[in-house]
Amino acid sequence: MTQQVLTITQINEYIRMKMDSDQLLSSLAVKGEISNYKLYPSGHHYFTLKDEAGALKCVMFKGNAVRLRFRPENGMKVIAMGKISVYPRDGAYQLYCTGLVMDGVGDLYAAFEQLKAKLAAQGLFDPNHKKPLPKYPGVIGIVTSSAGAAVHDMLRILRKRYPLTKVLLLPVRVQGAEAPGEIAAAIRYANYHQLADLLIVGRGGGSIEDLWAFNDEIVARAIYDSAIPVISAVGHEPDFTIADFVADVRAATPSNGAELAVPDQDALRQNLDGISAAMVTAISRQIKAARQHLDVLSGSAPLQSPEGYLLQQKKTLELLRNRLLSCQKQQISDKQQRYIALTAKLDAMSPLKVLTRGFAMAQKENNEIIRSVKDVDRGDVVNIRLRDGRFTAAVTDVKERAL
Amino acid sequence: MNQDNKTFEESLKRLEQIVRSMERGDVALEESLKLFQEGTDLVRNCQKLLDEAELQVKKVMTATDGSPVLEDFNDEPNA
Repeated sequence: MTQQVLTITQINEYIRMKMDSDQLLSSLAVKGEISNYKLYPSGHHYFTLKDEAGALKCVMFKGNAVRLRFRPENGMKVIAMGKISVYPRDGAYQLYCTGLVMDGVGDLYAAFEQLKAKLAAQGLFDPNHKKPLPKYPGVIGIVTSSAGAAVHDMLRILRKRYPLTKVLLLPVRVQGAEAPGEIAAAIRYANYHQLADLLIVGRGGGSIEDLWAFNDEIVARAIYDSAIPVISAVGHEPDFTIADFVADVRAATPSNGAELAVPDQDALRQNLDGISAAMVTAISRQIKAARQHLDVLSGSAPLQSPEGYLLQQKKTLELLRNRLLSCQKQQISDKQQRYIALTAKLDAMSPLKVLTRGFAMAQKENNEIIRSVKDVDRGDVVNIRLRDGRFTAAVTDVKERAL
Repeated sequence: MNQDNKTFEESLKRLEQIVRSMERGDVALEESLKLFQEGTDLVRNCQKLLDEAELQVKKVMTATDGSPVLEDFNDEPNA
């Protein structure tokens, strides 16, 4: 027997892979009637879809279920979007439901998805095309119905947050066949006449059909073409329309649209207080620094007591002068001492001094000093000098000492 | 364009400049004192603009030649 034996885990995993790689199963819409509906405390929804002949287990996790626009009930005819995959624990396949709409609006939903895909492909939702909103809009254009609650909600919030702005209401119908044309025309009109710095385009909550005007292509194109930044503010939080995808900013509700449009004056007042405080801090610091500098200068000796300072300087000068003088004197007396010593030394070495000790000096007649016996011959006349005079002598004999 | 809003935005811009140069601390004290005075006046003016502001609301209608005509729009319930 060569057949491979698999574990349950292996075969369930194998089937799951097969299913997940199937194009139809990984994204489909199924219609049927809800039965066995259960909402668990975890927020996940479990139910079975059935028709006359069969049933399909479905689960809708909390993350997707929060976008539900209605509460599912047993017996409801619905279209469920999602993918079919395996739940390994039970070895059963089921629909992992990402969206659920009531049957009948199924056609609208399909149209919505189609248009969304088409406009996305044409770049209408491109984040690079989105314009920043002005920080302090001077004029805000509101494209909505003048009758609904939405306009009053928006005006109430604008009045509370930033009454410095001016509001121009461009009244349009927001539902019915005429609505898309009127909404698009109002956006283009505001641009053509440069009526505003910012546009809020929207309406209050309603059914998917009520909101349908904001899923119209001509509205989407008008928003895309608008040089004035656009905030879309349609319906309630979970409602997403094509207008939301094209707009520069999507607001969850009309009130939220007004909040996103303007700064809050409470924050602005706080900011002004902050600026005041920063200026006070900066100027105080500079004044303090200047005062310290001044203190240092005025604390210095010359400024504290000018007379005392001058006297002090005078004393110093006197002291220095005296030192200079005594230095000079010292130098002079040193030189005198040295002079006396040298004179004494010189005196001691004088030839005259030698003669007083009994020596004689012999000179030729021309006064040349005779240093050697070789300098004289017999018969020469020489002068002999003694301490107290001289006499003349004749040389009678010359004898050289034998060395 | 709404004049109050413009003044407000310009004042805020100028205030940011003033605070920046004062905080850099490279301007002479005399100049700083002038900036401080100017800034304080601007802050007071901005606060006054906010205090006195009243939201203006107009409805845009179209004249026969297609040009916009502004009409009053009373959104506040008459008290």
